[in-house]
Amino acid sequence: MKSKRPAIPYLGWMLVFTIVPLLMVIYFAFTNDQGQFSLEPFKNASVYSEVFLYSLGIALISTVICLVLAYPLAYSISRCSERAQSMIIMFLMVPMWMNFLLRIYAWVLILQNYGPLDMILNLFGVDVTLIGNSGAVIVGMVYEFLPFMILPLHAVMSKIDPSLIEAAQDLGCSGFHVFSKVIFPLSVPGIISGVTMVFVPTASTFLVAQYLGGTQFMIGDVIERVFQSDHNTGSAIAVVLMIVILGFLVVMNRFGDKEAVNG
Amino acid sequence: MKKLSSKIYFGIIMAFLYLPIIYLIAYSFNDGKTSVWKGFTMKWYTALFNDAQIMNSLYNTLIIAVLASVIATILGTAAAIGIYNFKGGVRSAIQNVSNIPIINPEIVTGVSLMLLFTFAGVMMGFEMGFWTVLLAHIGFCTPYVILNVTPRIRQMDPSLYEAALDLGCSPVQAFFKVVLHELMPGIFSGFLISFTYSLDDFVITYFTRGSRFQTLPVQIYTMTHQRINPKANALSALMFVVVIGVLIISNFASRKKNEEATR
Repeated sequence: MKSKRPAIPYLGWMLVFTIVPLLMVIYFAFTNDQGQFSLEPFKNASVYSEVFLYSLGIALISTVICLVLAYPLAYSISRCSERAQSMIIMFLMVPMWMNFLLRIYAWVLILQNYGPLDMILNLFGVDVTLIGNSGAVIVGMVYEFLPFMILPLHAVMSKIDPSLIEAAQDLGCSGFHVFSKVIFPLSVPGIISGVTMVFVPTASTFLVAQYLGGTQFMIGDVIERVFQSDHNTGSAIAVVLMIVILGFLVVMNRFGDKEAVNG
Repeated sequence: MKKLSSKIYFGIIMAFLYLPIIYLIAYSFNDGKTSVWKGFTMKWYTALFNDAQIMNSLYNTLIIAVLASVIATILGTAAAIGIYNFKGGVRSAIQNVSNIPIINPEIVTGVSLMLLFTFAGVMMGFEMGFWTVLLAHIGFCTPYVILNVTPRIRQMDPSLYEAALDLGCSPVQAFFKVVLHELMPGIFSGFLISFTYSLDDFVITYFTRGSRFQTLPVQIYTMTHQRINPKANALSALMFVVVIGVLIISNFASRKKNEEATR
């Protein structure tokens, strides 16, 4: 039980299947098609900077919507009896276990022209195209990742001791102050992990925009397309994406640590 | 949830999560390809079961999921024990590298492995297919096993192992009879997570599958990408039934276990 040896196969594994592939991405990002050192891939990749910002924007909006929708829900779930809580959590997880492409496909069917929503709106004389725009992509993202926001928020909120809330009330806090001074600060770790779990996949996902967004692709779709013909530029985009995501995670972690110290 | 308003809100969110799936399932019985209801039919289900390609993909998905989760469980459990015996900085460095596949955007992991496998394929003369997908799946499953097993190792009393040795166990016996028994809950949940992630993975499989090897998520992609295919609806219905079935069984089993424990 004191031996380090059982880890050896996995250490070798990580070297071959984690470190080497990442080094290859970095190598391709910094070489041209003749294999010489070059910054050309990054120059080529800069064409996609607008798509990049668009993806981050979509991810940000989707994350905020998820947070706003999930927060009150997670709170009211956490005030239920324990048995009811585990039932509700189970029902929240069922849609997550459906294949993600099928869930997006469901929204294609719902939002398509002459689809159910389009028909209903037509009855009221509203004639808009529901699919093929950023709004449809955001709806798809929120649908896809909402449970990832609810679950960590609920996990943290269900651990808030109800007597803390009662104590605050006894000491004269108004409803709003109970929230701002007690519930909200204690729920910050849940917010941080929820935001991380929604933002990272939405920013980097591919296909959702291809299914719902019409011609406006996201950065994941671009990586896939570019990689089919040009490994160097594709790698450069992947490196930038990796750095942005890593930076985001570091910032979120800092945030969490600071809260832990102050709290 | 005592207040009416929070009940209504809960209802709205549940409707948002479930209505698309219900709509998807309802239209699997529609005799016609558009959103106009043309009458009840089971023909999409017969078509689904008679589609050799889909059945073959299902078979591939199951084989990959079983092999990847079993191998990842063994590799990850051994690794967790070994890594635990490293000290301080080295240990956290290893853990950080091990978590890369979890933290990194899936698409970056996918393209990095694609680079590795194409390069190695040219060097050693093989094409991407079953084996590369299996390796990739083991790669992203193992970190989850380690994350689930490590806390159990930390909680385990090391004197248990020594006691087993004192009582005449060989180290091998002590490991299989005592240590493994203590770690089992972590190993089991790591296995389950691996199995479900492998079943559902699209992105990494998409990049490592080569041109011929199909899994069910990839098949769903070819079925639904830029087209409407009622067979996908039928497939969704079947998957939904399976998910609900598994959840009810597991819920029932754990409740029974709890009742036995309290008795």
